[in-house]
Amino acid sequence: MLALLAQTQVQIPEIVWSVLWPIVLLSIGGVLLITATSISPRLRVGSFPAAMTIVLAGASLVTLPLIWSKVRDGGGQLPVIADAIRIDAFTLLVTGIMCASLIVVSLLLDDYLRTEGLDGPEWYVLLLMSATGGILMAAANDLIVTFLGLEILSIAVYVLAALHLRRTKSQEAGFKYFILGALSSAIFLYGIAMIYGATGSLRLTDIAQFIASGNSAGLSPLTESSLLLAGMAMLLIGFGFKISAAPFHLWTPDVYEGAPTPVVAFMASAVKAAGMAGLLRVFIVAFGVVAEDWRPVVGAMAILSVVIGAASALGQDNVKRMLAYSSIVHAGFMLVGLYAAASGAAQTGTRSVVFYLFAYAVMSLGTFAAFTLIGGRGDQNHSLSAYVGLSRSNPMVASLLAVLLLAQAGMPFTIGFWAKARVIIAAANGENYVVAAVAMVAAVVAAFVYLRLIVTMFMISEPDEAGEAEASGAQLRISRSGLFALGIAAAATMIWGLFPGFGGDWFGEATRALLELR
Amino acid sequence: MLEAAFLIPAFPIAGFLLVFLFGRKLGEPVAGWLATLAMAGSFVSTLVVFGGLAGLEGEERFFIQKIFTWIPSGTFNVDIGLLVDPLAVTMCLFITGVGTLIHLYSIGYMHGDPNFSKFFLYLNMFAASMLLLVLGDNLLLTFLGWEGVGACSYLLISFWFTDEANASAGKKAFVTNRVGDFGFMLATFVIFTSIGSIRYADILSGADAMTTNAATAATLLFLLAAAGKSAQLPLYVWLPDAMAGPTPVSALIHAATMVTSGVYLLTRLNPVLAEAAQGAVTAIAWLGALTALFAATIAIAQTDIKKVLAYSTVSQLGYLFLAVGTGAYVAAIFHMVTHAFFKALLFLGSGSVIHGLDGEQDMRRMGGLARIMPITAMTFVIGWLAIAGVPPFSGFWSKDEILLYAWNESKLLWLVGIITALLTAFYMTRQVILTFFGRIKFFDAHTDEIEMAFANRVTDSKAALEDAQASVGAAEEGVAKSEADLEKRTEALAKAETAVEETRMAVASSLPANDGHEKLVKAFEKAEKAIPKAGTAMEKAGAKVTDAHQALAHAQTAVAEARELALTAATAANRAPKAPEYVTAFTDGPDVSEFESQMPDSYRQRNEYHPHESPWTMTLPLIVLSFFAAVAGGLNLPFTKDLHFLGHWLEPSLFGNEAHLTDISTATKWGLAVVAIVVGIVAISTAFYVYVSEKVNPESIELDVFAEGWHLDNTYAKVAGGPGHAMFDGAAAFDAKVVDGAVIGTTTLVSRLGGVFAYLQPGFVRSAALGIMLGSAGVLIWFLARLWL
Repeated sequence: MLALLAQTQVQIPEIVWSVLWPIVLLSIGGVLLITATSISPRLRVGSFPAAMTIVLAGASLVTLPLIWSKVRDGGGQLPVIADAIRIDAFTLLVTGIMCASLIVVSLLLDDYLRTEGLDGPEWYVLLLMSATGGILMAAANDLIVTFLGLEILSIAVYVLAALHLRRTKSQEAGFKYFILGALSSAIFLYGIAMIYGATGSLRLTDIAQFIASGNSAGLSPLTESSLLLAGMAMLLIGFGFKISAAPFHLWTPDVYEGAPTPVVAFMASAVKAAGMAGLLRVFIVAFGVVAEDWRPVVGAMAILSVVIGAASALGQDNVKRMLAYSSIVHAGFMLVGLYAAASGAAQTGTRSVVFYLFAYAVMSLGTFAAFTLIGGRGDQNHSLSAYVGLSRSNPMVASLLAVLLLAQAGMPFTIGFWAKARVIIAAANGENYVVAAVAMVAAVVAAFVYLRLIVTMFMISEPDEAGEAEASGAQLRISRSGLFALGIAAAATMIWGLFPGFGGDWFGEATRALLELR
Repeated sequence: MLEAAFLIPAFPIAGFLLVFLFGRKLGEPVAGWLATLAMAGSFVSTLVVFGGLAGLEGEERFFIQKIFTWIPSGTFNVDIGLLVDPLAVTMCLFITGVGTLIHLYSIGYMHGDPNFSKFFLYLNMFAASMLLLVLGDNLLLTFLGWEGVGACSYLLISFWFTDEANASAGKKAFVTNRVGDFGFMLATFVIFTSIGSIRYADILSGADAMTTNAATAATLLFLLAAAGKSAQLPLYVWLPDAMAGPTPVSALIHAATMVTSGVYLLTRLNPVLAEAAQGAVTAIAWLGALTALFAATIAIAQTDIKKVLAYSTVSQLGYLFLAVGTGAYVAAIFHMVTHAFFKALLFLGSGSVIHGLDGEQDMRRMGGLARIMPITAMTFVIGWLAIAGVPPFSGFWSKDEILLYAWNESKLLWLVGIITALLTAFYMTRQVILTFFGRIKFFDAHTDEIEMAFANRVTDSKAALEDAQASVGAAEEGVAKSEADLEKRTEALAKAETAVEETRMAVASSLPANDGHEKLVKAFEKAEKAIPKAGTAMEKAGAKVTDAHQALAHAQTAVAEARELALTAATAANRAPKAPEYVTAFTDGPDVSEFESQMPDSYRQRNEYHPHESPWTMTLPLIVLSFFAAVAGGLNLPFTKDLHFLGHWLEPSLFGNEAHLTDISTATKWGLAVVAIVVGIVAISTAFYVYVSEKVNPESIELDVFAEGWHLDNTYAKVAGGPGHAMFDGAAAFDAKVVDGAVIGTTTLVSRLGGVFAYLQPGFVRSAALGIMLGSAGVLIWFLARLWL
């Protein structure tokens, strides 16, 4: 037995730690955080956990340019850990989104936990873990790593959704999310197994090569490989669940409504971005050659998402549910971009999705930050009537929220406009006029939802009855950190709205990493 | 040194931000000085860049400073970048140079305005936009500046927005310019589709790859845009109305800078024009020539000092279009520069006059101001000589060059140009004579004031008549009273006489021995004594009656007199409005001495006002500008090739598209110049003949049809108010019924759909799981279906 072990010497791949700083900082930092607060209970209370999370995320952000210079010198992409992970512009962009999301959510959570009388660094530890998983998903060049990332990301979020222990709704949300998530994970894993069976590899680049060689042998479109087709279908289902694209969106409204609002901010920005990043990586790198096979399904999911999302959002009176459906519309828009990328407009299509990822993260973080502030004690002021007259009682919050909602509606001079415009242009480039038209109509309908909320805040005068006035948030306590977080998001919305090329061409680089450096 | 280019717009932007943030706190005059300094900084930066550019050889004078990528979007990339070449720097030099002077001038002009700092905020914002327009390295950035100057122009025209006329003038400018902007956008699309880029570097080098059709379309659309911004036919109507804004605004925006941006755009895109069909380019020339002539005819009949200059500006801009259309780009820029100097000078001079005359703008009420404001008058005269084309002042050289190229293109164009030159010299001479020479008419009674005086007299005489009539009544009463008194006195006398008679009888009948006799005698004596008393009283009463009759007669005479007076006053009042000759007379004003007391307060106030020369902040810019207006002709003298400084300087920006004058002999050139000088002399002397010697009635020249601008503006108003309005109503109805209906219908449909979806998504875990599984099955089947399809 021992001899056998000695014989099968495990080959430990070389690891370039210097480009893995964000993953290391966030995961080890999380572990250190829970250890430190367990040893010294005094650190449990107060803002220490939040501060540490922000420092960790900030430090990771700082390392990004350093890593990028290294990556650029290495030709734009560095294979790490025996090529299981790829560090490139795309990975770094998603890392940036994760870290930004961590910072904003920590700013919100600090005050939220204090108001709710909840304590514990666990929230932050889970956030750090989840973000690590997200980065892994984006970086993975191996389906097992993708799955690992997916699970690290998801399990932490299941717990986070249920972590408001006194609220039954929160428990219910966590439970629902967990059961349905487990279901989708199972399907996803099954899909991985099938892909392995069909191609004999889990490396995305190897899979691509295998398919390409089959392609040259006349096997594409894949009229021969039922295994590969079924595998792709199941991976698409798993990702579709994570990004809440119709028809796998059914968990979204309940979970968004029940989960603590700062956690929803994280789910809408980081989790969705990670899911979309994984989807892009897997489907463009590994299955880009057989785009003809998955293209129609992505198109159908896109159309279903924008239509169902927009239509369902209209009837909602709870703003969190409303935004849950709106997040489905946004997922649909990203899929429209992917659909365009699969139908000839590879460059503009992929780029539009990459930009959309970033834009939606910014907008959703800001919007849910505002919802956290307005939700108040007990996290319950989420009905539309709570927003009546908000512009008078809290003009600052109301106007910043209005900016973010207008951005979501796709108003020019905001980041949301460029995101939507790029997707539509890409769809037109790919000659997907029907999908583009449906998406535009859905965007108009969805705009109505946001405008309805804005009108409620600004146009409807405050009612006279004392009870109503209380509900309208007249005594809203706005934490400085929360307002700061909201301000950052609104500022980013405007900056990239006015100068979509601000800060350099990250999106183009990320697109290049996906398309050219396979 | 070229790297300093970004400072040119950065200074006014910084000034704008500072005034925006601290303007109210800084107040007057610090905010104004801050804005002026920002402009001066921009001017100095321009000089530095100019120096850098001049140090390079011809072809290398093309520098692009990319600041950052604004819109990266696949094949459509737009930078925030500056294009520095001779053309852009020439524009920048006079924009910042003249701009600085006008900022300085405004400090004096806007003195005491409650929104002092806001004015400078807008001015700096305007300057920044204008510089962006000129320096932008792509069409989109130019369009941004284009819209920016439009917005600032709107804000500044309606700066005194509480006055209805100003506010509506601002709106008119805004709306008219939208028509042109539409052309700009379409032209940009044409350029992008045919060249694939909107960067000037690509357009200028890639224009020869354009098809003639595309180039023609782009040229005509840009012409529409330029006609809007540069106030050409038929879109010129906003510019005269824009004079409602403060005068420095008229000088800066509506004479020297913004209105030239159309010409700049066409010059900038000269390679596109070179590719366009000849007809399109000739259209530019003819549009310019006709506008020049048309506006000049209107200018000769205007009475508002600024309106004359406004139409003159339209006319001179027409010359610039004429030049561009004949390929005389250098001449266009040359005249643009000289025009910027002399027209800014003239506007600022008129502003100085208006400022010194307490807001008076009617030239018929000026005159003789040379004695009151000598600096303004002196500088204005230089401006006049420059625009009238009198050598050696700047306007002569630049205008002559345009006419030369017009001659080269077509004799008819030249004819229109020379007639315009004649009219220009005429109306400018008229303006100078009316404003600065002759009698000071400022204090003269206005026609309406005289009318008011007559009206006052009518009112007064009517009151006198009423008074007289009242006194007749009183006199009549007095007569009646005194007559009644006389009667009473007469009765009393009769009574007394009767009493005497009775007592005498009683005395006679009684005996003296009787006791009563003595008594009776006494009574008799008493009664006898009473008679003379009563007699006197009666006499007195009689006299009174006579008096009363006399008073009545007097009163009646007074009434008659008053009636006569009232009648005269009323007749005079009727006649008064028919006396405009009172106010145009060069030698004598209306004599109001006989009814001075009846003149209204405005007249009295004006006569207490002291017209004065403006402060140094206003006269200094005038002096500086007049210097340049006099000598700017030296930029491009025609005598030898070496003296074509501007021509050599601009060469790299024109890519050899400048027209060549090969067929014209030197003799012809001299001949044309002599003709131009003769025409100028004829026009000036005619104006003196008409307005100084007064042998011709000016009304025979200042036709109503000119004063009304050929009724074009009214026609627009009628069309917009009549059929146009109906059309807008129709569009609004269409919007309300069809578009809104569709939108509301969609929302209703969609919210019903929403109900259906809510029913399908009840929120149970099991139903959600079922949904997901069904979806999964669907996706799987679809994928696997590819095996068989």
